Amino acid sequence: MLLLSLAWKSLRNRRVTTLLTVVSIALSVALLLGVEALRVSARESFSSTISGTDLIAGARGGGLQLLLYTVFRMGTATNNVKYSSYEEWSKHPAVAWTIPYSLGDSHRGFRVVGTNQNFYEHYRFRKTRKPEFASGRAPASFNEAALGSDVAAKLGYQVGAKVVLTHGMGAAGIMDHDDNPFTIVGILAKTATPIDRSVYITLEGMSAIHVGWEGGAPPEPGEEVSAKKLTAEQLRPEAITAFLLRSKSRIDTLRLQRDISNYLPEPLMAIIPGVAMGELWSTVRYAEIALEIVGGFVVLVGLLGMLVAIYTTLNERRREMAILRALGAGPVKILALFLIESLLLALSGCALGVGLMVSGVAALQNLVEQQFGLYLRWQGFQEEHAIYLGIVVAAALLIGLVPAWRAYRNTLADGLSVKV
Amino acid sequence: MSSPTNPSSVLLAGVRFGYNSKLPDVIDLDRFELSAGESCFLYGPSGCGKTTLLGLIAGVLEARQGSVNVLGKDLRAMSSSKRDAFRGSNIGYIFQMFNLIPYLSVRDNILLPTRLHSARKAEGLEAIASTLGIAPLLDRGVLELSVGQQQRVAAARALIGAPPLVIADEPTSALDSAHRQRFLELLLAQCKSAGAALLFVSHDQSLAPLFEKRLSLPDLNRASRTEVA
Repeated sequence: MLLLSLAWKSLRNRRVTTLLTVVSIALSVALLLGVEALRVSARESFSSTISGTDLIAGARGGGLQLLLYTVFRMGTATNNVKYSSYEEWSKHPAVAWTIPYSLGDSHRGFRVVGTNQNFYEHYRFRKTRKPEFASGRAPASFNEAALGSDVAAKLGYQVGAKVVLTHGMGAAGIMDHDDNPFTIVGILAKTATPIDRSVYITLEGMSAIHVGWEGGAPPEPGEEVSAKKLTAEQLRPEAITAFLLRSKSRIDTLRLQRDISNYLPEPLMAIIPGVAMGELWSTVRYAEIALEIVGGFVVLVGLLGMLVAIYTTLNERRREMAILRALGAGPVKILALFLIESLLLALSGCALGVGLMVSGVAALQNLVEQQFGLYLRWQGFQEEHAIYLGIVVAAALLIGLVPAWRAYRNTLADGLSVKV
Repeated sequence: MSSPTNPSSVLLAGVRFGYNSKLPDVIDLDRFELSAGESCFLYGPSGCGKTTLLGLIAGVLEARQGSVNVLGKDLRAMSSSKRDAFRGSNIGYIFQMFNLIPYLSVRDNILLPTRLHSARKAEGLEAIASTLGIAPLLDRGVLELSVGQQQRVAAARALIGAPPLVIADEPTSALDSAHRQRFLELLLAQCKSAGAALLFVSHDQSLAPLFEKRLSLPDLNRASRTEVA
């Protein structure tokens, strides 16, 4: 098509301006799609903090609260679950596995999680990944601990170091469990989830540090129990905070949820993590919207750059338009010529932008995961991306109408007289 | 008005035109005629309405009154897009200067009318180019050419596809006198051999003797006598 080839050659003739315009549109598009990838990645990272768990059970209370203190290690539980109840549920025929969590202590601001081997074996995040040890092994005895990678990195601990845990979430000091220090036997590999920000001990360890603390305060001087004197009976856990559960068949999940909520011996509740996570995420939806708005404005600025680039050439091209008029090209063809130019700029900008974004995401993936704990990835080309690009191209044509319309008017006004 | 056996290339009668209804008319012409295949020198100093007259004949402007008949067609009866197509198919046009699209090669510039309108055939490009002495330049960029070469390329473009009417608007004013004479001889010879009528407008009356017919626009245009733009 003649107009297409004319538009192409004309753009090529002004290659520096053309290149700059294309690059500016490409950067806008890359940023728009990058923000979109970031948004979806953030949502994915968030919702894949926990995978493979069908139910989270704890003492009856707020479901959101239960989610926060089990998965995100935020907030505190108001009530405990009797260990006997936990044992009963863990042996339920419909249950595949359970992971007990005993929470409430901390080490220099990091939460302590008392759990058992099931955690290392069954816990999953980002669909199939499980906690793995960068060095050492899982704690097996009541005075052994493992660290999440952030804890180890922040506090500079190595395997073999001894740590003292603190009762509650306060600063180290009077509430220290200094009668029972822990030896670090393992450090977990980075997961970019809240796992990294916790200290892991055994359920027995959790019992051990609380012997004599039944009143919630340190034992009176003289009543401390030395770790060496602890009996097996004293180490037996009496209560946990919550437990994660996987049912053998998905069909059982809803029934188990109902049964746990109706459990007679003590008031419990169970939540489905995916549902609760969805509710939680919807509360931060405004942040997503803010990202989308920023992306939209970035594209607008890029397109205004195109408007300026085409508009500034209008006067010097009046001669060209008069020649085309003399050769029988009507004003509508001139209009079309300019619109095709806008279209070419927008299309090549979009193509380059997609390339920039995909390679940019690939290049930044590791850095972002390490620095921000966010697994950034390009989710592949989806329908909404096509819609975004369609909107960009349509907006480019709309903005391109301004110089095109000016060219059309010039053409009619100038006729065959060559201005400039 | 025009007899079918010997049709006029251009026949204007009682034409009045003004850019704005509040301002006086720029063109007020009783009669202007150019026969088929005829070469005509139209003397027109600046400000006598010659660009306007050429716009009327080329169908870019529309007369307010009278009849504008070009190559046997009544332009006033055509829609503006029909007139655009008619101009592109039937009229070769040469400007005073800067005739060429800067980002196209010489060859593409010359072939442009044939690509816009199927009625203009691309045949004879080599012959026209070699007669005008621009055959070696065909694949060059137009910005490398001298002004004289550019005007010859413009002439080739006006002549390609053998349009029955060629309009030249001061095509030689940018050339020095030696080139002017040579260019004009080439243009006249080419028009003659193609059987095209040539309407040549200039303020330089020294060129007039080369033409079969000589007219003066200020004499024809009643509007220019009262109003000097």
